[in-house]
Amino acid sequence: MSRELFKFKGGVHPPGHKSESNTRPIHAAPLPKKLVIPLRQHIGNPAKPVVDVGDRVLKGQMIAAADGTISTAVHASSSGTVTAIDLQPVPHTSGLPDLCITIETDGRDEWIAHTPLDYRAMAPTALRMQLRDMGLAGLGGAAFPSAVKLDPGATRPCPTLIINGGECEPWITCDDLLMRTHADEILQGVAIMRHLLGSTEILIGIEDNKPEALAAMQAAATKMDFAVEVVAVPAHYPGGGAKQLIETLTGKQVPSGKLSTDIGIQVFNVGTAHALARAVHHGEPLISRLVTVTGHVLRPQNFEVLIGTPMHTLITLAGDRDGTTGVLMGGPMMGVPMPNLDVPVVKATNCILVKSNELFPPLPKALPCIRCTRCADACPAVLQPQELFRFAKAGDFGRAQEYKLFDCIECGCCSYVCPSHIPLVDYYRYAKSEIWAHEKGKRASDLARERHEFRLFRLEREKKEKAEKLAAKAQATRAQAAQDQTRRAELAAEPAAEGTAPSDADAKKALIAAALARAQAKKAEIAPKNTDNLSPGTQHEIEEIEARRAKIRALARQPLETEEKP
Amino acid sequence: MPAPFILDRTSVTQVMAWVLVALLPAIATYVWLFGPGILVTLSLATVTALTAEAAMLKARGYPAKPFLMDLSAVVTAWLLALSLPSLAPWWLIVTGTLFAIVVAKHLYGGLGQNIFNPAMVGYAVLIVSFPVQMTHWAAPLELTSTHLTLAQSATVIFGGDVSKSTLDAVTMATPLDALRTGLLRQLTVDEVLTEPIFGHYGGTGFEWLAAAFLLGGLLLWALRIISWHVPLTFLAGVWLTAGFLHFYDAGRFGAPWFHLFAPSVMLGAFFIATDPVTGATTPRGKLIFGLGAGFLTMAIRTWGGFPDGVAFAILLMNLCAPLIDQYTQPRVYGEAK
Repeated sequence: MSRELFKFKGGVHPPGHKSESNTRPIHAAPLPKKLVIPLRQHIGNPAKPVVDVGDRVLKGQMIAAADGTISTAVHASSSGTVTAIDLQPVPHTSGLPDLCITIETDGRDEWIAHTPLDYRAMAPTALRMQLRDMGLAGLGGAAFPSAVKLDPGATRPCPTLIINGGECEPWITCDDLLMRTHADEILQGVAIMRHLLGSTEILIGIEDNKPEALAAMQAAATKMDFAVEVVAVPAHYPGGGAKQLIETLTGKQVPSGKLSTDIGIQVFNVGTAHALARAVHHGEPLISRLVTVTGHVLRPQNFEVLIGTPMHTLITLAGDRDGTTGVLMGGPMMGVPMPNLDVPVVKATNCILVKSNELFPPLPKALPCIRCTRCADACPAVLQPQELFRFAKAGDFGRAQEYKLFDCIECGCCSYVCPSHIPLVDYYRYAKSEIWAHEKGKRASDLARERHEFRLFRLEREKKEKAEKLAAKAQATRAQAAQDQTRRAELAAEPAAEGTAPSDADAKKALIAAALARAQAKKAEIAPKNTDNLSPGTQHEIEEIEARRAKIRALARQPLETEEKP
Repeated sequence: MPAPFILDRTSVTQVMAWVLVALLPAIATYVWLFGPGILVTLSLATVTALTAEAAMLKARGYPAKPFLMDLSAVVTAWLLALSLPSLAPWWLIVTGTLFAIVVAKHLYGGLGQNIFNPAMVGYAVLIVSFPVQMTHWAAPLELTSTHLTLAQSATVIFGGDVSKSTLDAVTMATPLDALRTGLLRQLTVDEVLTEPIFGHYGGTGFEWLAAAFLLGGLLLWALRIISWHVPLTFLAGVWLTAGFLHFYDAGRFGAPWFHLFAPSVMLGAFFIATDPVTGATTPRGKLIFGLGAGFLTMAIRTWGGFPDGVAFAILLMNLCAPLIDQYTQPRVYGEAK
């Protein structure tokens, strides 16, 4: 199979460091005492808890349901008791906690009843809903809910399906090991994807630094009853990025701002395919994954880890050493520094990379940019990083967007090659978040303005209604009073006054007279009634009270004695 | 602390150091052909540049050590020194270097912020202000009987009041000067070329110097310190313009190879026009920059008031660089064609 490959622009060649961890077989990490399972492990809405504190849960039981379409469920990774549903540290650089379900494991690891799915007999929508409820998310690092990606959508079918076995970041080897040991199951997952997407062209891209994985996947591919091409791609960072892999295999570029499905291509990680096969053929929801533990540890290797396992247990398993300066989740180019080691392994955790000063020397201080454009030469998105850097630094976010800031995939190639050692990706992240915050603020102020304008409108409307009501009432009262007047006039006046229509002036006079009478009555009510003809006893009381009041008034007029300061 | 956590083993110091290394063949050739005077000039320029840089950094409140270690001031000093006549008085070199470092570099914001190439600014100030002293070019050793030693060169440079006869014995107009003067005297090119200063392609000795600069430039290209865009188009610009003019009237305009093998053109093409800070940054932009600089060099040489136009051509293109960048932005991944 000599498929014509294309080259994507830019890219770098950092040292691979794959051999440290890809020589040992996969080991299953032992059951931890406590599992801390975050509800937000995927892109989209976090899952909503469906269990309470104190509930006993079984392995594979749904503990939080998907919330909406772009969401997926969360399951218990082992049997035990739910001890808390609260904020716990999660694997995010900020160190901010997020809502998690904590399970104390009972050691029995008891599975809930689960059956395979007959995916060919199920309606596609029903199958996708089921997959959503089985917690399937992309295992390549982004953790996008897979059920959404398995919907070919308006362009049914999706002609090209690409399976990503690239794993271009240094140090990470979990996909490599998965392909070597579970190639058949991965291909089973591919078959299910093909069924849902209706793809006719199926490609599996694997970097050429993984010869064993290529061989294993090739052997598994030949067993399939549909055409699937296993292609070796050059080992070139970031060749494992979805956009770059698409360009390498097909020569096509995903249009800016659009999805790959808009050009008829969908990409899935090999781990996702494997998880899909487990879900469909064994009824197992996503509760574990392979994690590479490598770097400054005694025995770098891959573990089969339950979601929710605290990271420190894995580092201890791999043999922790002195001189650790930090831990990354992911690789050295795009990894996220962990705030502490109690954070749990989540669906997006592909690697735990332990740092030391020898392996990861402290980054030198940045010098000014000399516009050498090595960054532009290295950028796979063909951007001008030195211009974006200038705009981000100056706060000129408009120009940064004009120069396509949001097409940056944050791969780190630019920072890697910069002779001045400027942390370029950090500036772009800052610019992007400033722009998002600004847009959020703009939306909020637009909403506030709408509400304010509606409020003004509502007040106006109420005022108008009130005025109308009053006018109507006045009209009615006037009419009534006029009627009374006419009746009185009819009774008291000479027949000569008969036939005189009540005039407005008469009606008004009647209204005023009635109002005056009412006012006088009210005054009489509250006025003191017995100030005349007082008895001598009461008069004496009054005189006493008056005398007391006069005394107090005299006292108040005297100046206060001031205290002298010693 | 953001990703990435690994860096390629590169630094500004490394880039600058390679530029200095690439200049060594030319310096060696210079000494071999014209005597050791250039070494005095180089040392003087280097010391002045580093001192000026340290003083400016202190005045601006920056830490001196990392910036002095990046060697950018030394590169500026050497490029300027190699553009100046090797027997020019010491104050000429000092003035030029000071102008380059203090005015053209630091007053514009320091490393990475200057608009104009500092070495070329220094050169331009000198050629405009002190045209006489800028003619003290050492004669090729092949052609003079007086050979100055290092100490004697130093004496001439620091001597200040050197007698005209001594100077006449050791200095000579450059080939470009000679051509220009000859043409102004209504001689044809062929008549001028019979003078001994002119060798096979360029001038005697000068063509070897140009070849040495070319060698250094190719080294930088092989090491991927510079890309091919600017040097190739610069040389093409010179060659095409000169060729067109020569084709038009061979008697009045020098041959393209003569203009191409002037040391200033080779130095300019590979070392000066490729200055990243002041040049264009996009690939297409670099092509326009190089071509423009080459054409302007020839234009100034032919119709301008100076024998050599490299410095002014580059300064003019420095002015245009931001505009060129804006209009040559490459198509981004996924951008509509």
